[in-house]
Formats: sequence, C-alpha cells, structure tokens
Amino acid sequence: MKVIKEKHPLIMRWTHWVNFPVLTIMIWSGMLIYWANDEYSVTLFGHTLIKFFPDWYYDLLHIPSRLAEGMAFHFLFMWFFTLNGIFYTLYTIISGQWRQLLPNRHSFKEAWLVVLHDLHIRKMAPPQDKYNAAQRIAYTSIFVMGTGSVITGLAIYKPVQFYYLTWLCGGYHLARIWHFALTIGYVLFFVIHIVQVILAGWNNFRSVISGFEVIEEQPIPVKETPNKDEKA
Amino acid sequence: MKKLKKELTVDQKIKRRNFLSFTVFGALGASAYGGWRWLYTSPEETAGITAGAHKPLRRALNKTEIFFRRLTFNESNLVKTYPRSMAAKVIRHNSDIGSEGKMPPDNWKLQVKRNSGEVLQITLDEIMQLPKTEITYDFKCVEGWDQISHWAGVRFIDFINHYNLQAEAKSQYVGMETPDQQYYVGLDMPSALHPQTLLAYQMNDELLNGNHGQPLRLIIPVKYGIKNLKRIGTITFSNTRPKDYWAEQGYDYYSGL
Repeated sequence: MKVIKEKHPLIMRWTHWVNFPVLTIMIWSGMLIYWANDEYSVTLFGHTLIKFFPDWYYDLLHIPSRLAEGMAFHFLFMWFFTLNGIFYTLYTIISGQWRQLLPNRHSFKEAWLVVLHDLHIRKMAPPQDKYNAAQRIAYTSIFVMGTGSVITGLAIYKPVQFYYLTWLCGGYHLARIWHFALTIGYVLFFVIHIVQVILAGWNNFRSVISGFEVIEEQPIPVKETPNKDEKA
Repeated sequence: MKKLKKELTVDQKIKRRNFLSFTVFGALGASAYGGWRWLYTSPEETAGITAGAHKPLRRALNKTEIFFRRLTFNESNLVKTYPRSMAAKVIRHNSDIGSEGKMPPDNWKLQVKRNSGEVLQITLDEIMQLPKTEITYDFKCVEGWDQISHWAGVRFIDFINHYNLQAEAKSQYVGMETPDQQYYVGLDMPSALHPQTLLAYQMNDELLNGNHGQPLRLIIPVKYGIKNLKRIGTITFSNTRPKDYWAEQGYDYYSGL
C-alpha cells in the first residue's frame, strides 16, 4: 500500500534551493576575483598536479579582466548567501531538525558501513532515520564549511575592522587560502551529491521539491522492515 | 479504472501535491532566472564620480560599504604591524600611472588647497622636518596579493595639525592627485585621519625611488593599494566625493579594509 511520508519541511527545501543558485553565483564571481591573483596550485614533490586555473578554463568561462565586476557581484550575493544560511541554521535549531542532522556517537562508525554499502561491498546498510550516518556527516560538514566561508570571507573583506576574524584564520594570507579551499570543497561535495541524487532516484529527488516520499507499506506488518534505501 | 477508493485517494493526493509543488518550484526558478538576467544585463551607471559598474550593483556596493563603515569602522582599530625584519627587501611594483619616471625632490612641491583659496607650497625638506613615523605592515592589493613592507613619513594627522588645516579636516573628504593629474584618489576623512595614514617619503629607510612614487606618496593601510596614491601633487578638501581613478573603472569608491 502506498503511503505518503513527510520528509523535508518547506523551509529546508526553500533554503536548499535558494542556496544552489546563490552559491553558484558566489563561486563564479569568486573566480572573477581570484583570476587577478591566481597563485594557487596543488604541488607534490615538485610536480604541479593541478594549477588553479589553466588558461583554456579561464577563456572558456570568460573570466579574465573582470575583477571589479566580480567584486560587485560577490559583495551583493554574499548577503543572500549569509542570510539564507542564518535562516536555515535558526530553523534547524528551533524546529529540532538538528537531531536528524548532526552526527551522533554511532555516525562515524556507521558512515563507513554506508560507504561500503554504496560501493556494493556490503549488502546491508545500517538502519537510519531521515539521513544515514554518511549524510549526517556530509550535511553537517557543509554547514560548517558555509560558516567557514562567511568567516574567512569577512576576514579578507575587512581585515582591519574584523582583525579578530583574520587572526582566527591565521592571518590575511592564510584566510584567502582557506576561503579558496572551501570553495574547492563545495565543488567536490557537489559532484558526489549529484551522483548520489541520481542513484537514489526520483522518489528521493522529489522529496526535496514536494517535501514527501511515497513508500510501500505492508498492510499487516509481520515483522519490522528496514526503510527503503535513502540517499543524498 | 476500478481501484480501491483508499488507494485512489493517496494517488490523488500525491498528484495534487506534486503538481502544486513542481508548479511553484518552476515558477520560482523561472523568476529567479529572470531576475538574474535583469541584473546581468542591467545598464551601466551614468559616468560621474563612479563609473563602469552595473547600476544596481553600484547601488549595492555603496549601501554595503555604508553598512560596514557604520557598523565596524573604528579608528582605534589599528592595522596589524610586523617586526621591521619581516619587511620585503624588494617591494612589488604594480603600476605607475601618473608617476612614471623620476621626480627629483628639487623639482617638486606639494600643493595644499586651503578653504580660503590659498595654496600652500611645501617642499620635501619641510615635510621631513615634521615628526617621523615608521610602519611595517601588510600592504594589500585589490588584486588579492599582499606584502609586508616598511614605510616612513609623516602621519597625515600630524601634517594637518602642523599646517593648521583643522578647519579643512572637518570636511568629509580629501582628494589627492599626481602632479600630472593622471591618477587621483578620494578618501573619506576618518580613513585619512586614521593614526596609521602616512605621507611617506621613505621605503626600507631610503628615499622613494621612481617606481614607488618619488618623492612623496600616500600610505593608507586601512585601504587597498589602489587608494595609496604615488607621487602626491595636490591635496584638496571637500564635502562631496573627489574623483577617484579606480572608482571610475567599476571599483568600489570606499575600498576600505
């Protein structure tokens, strides 16, 4: 028998879908800014593995020589990014949704089992609530990262007036590196997130728009059945 | 189409909620995209004291700066200083618009326009008679690089007091221009009077050379490098924003740190 099961509250869906385009614009305008002093790369044993960014990449995205424009966009959309994040955080705290989100004392062990299960190495996934252990860790990390982006951003934006934030980040120079590294982190998160959403399927994806999932329930439960696989 | 009534209800509910939420989602998505296109293709501001930015973005820049200025600017917040030994030996040179080549101190005088219309003509020797202040701090370029460097000169506030420019310093802005008027900056008075703002004539204990604004330049650590004008020719005071080279190229007028 089909049953509607409420999953994501409206505010959670709203903040998720506001964040997606806003973060995209922040990353894009951030690249317009970064271009003006593009000194970062990943170097191991003297070999440059990745250079941020190669010329073809800049040209493809029309990034060069747009520093002023990038700053103007960045310093407008930072408001939406930050306010949306604060709104989400307050909601998560007040509604009690944080209980579903924060990792608990089992999560770190279970997350490993989830990964093994997702890689088809292990048959059974550990029982879960709204989010599985790996999701709890990933989504809590993304919250911490968002906070980090705001703090490191302010540390670069007003290093004199927010000198304590700049100090907290290990100085101006390091704050810029953190700010950049977090952005790379979002991109990696995004890739895994999208793969997981595709694998988890329509029912899961729809729940982030319409708020509910449809599950099959046995009319007379003979024994406890674990929830359907839920990912992303 | 003969199914159990109960089942149909659930299906109908699902359909109804799906339809509603996806319609709202699509409508919001489309309007967000429309809003973005509006902003991205919005016209450039009318060229004036500021120019080169999208009109709505310029408004946002100005408002955001007012917000942060009121919220955070405090002249007792000092720029972090470093031991003299950490200063770079070779100071990065990015641009010399308005300060190309050499300007021997003998060929130069600083002009300060007083409210009375009188123009003070001040030589480098006279400036070097004033109390000397040194600073080693992290110079920050709007491009994103920073460099610890050492400068020495007279604090702007000391300069104001010595030449009895207190009345002028009640204006809201200071304007500075190179002798050839090719480069110019506008500064809000609180930043100009900040205790670490210098009219600098030395870098690493040597008189400034051609690349770094010989013979006198502005060092204003509470601003990005673009405001640190090299080779000051004229100083003026006003209650409206003086013209500013990079603010005319789409950059934020305030550019404060």
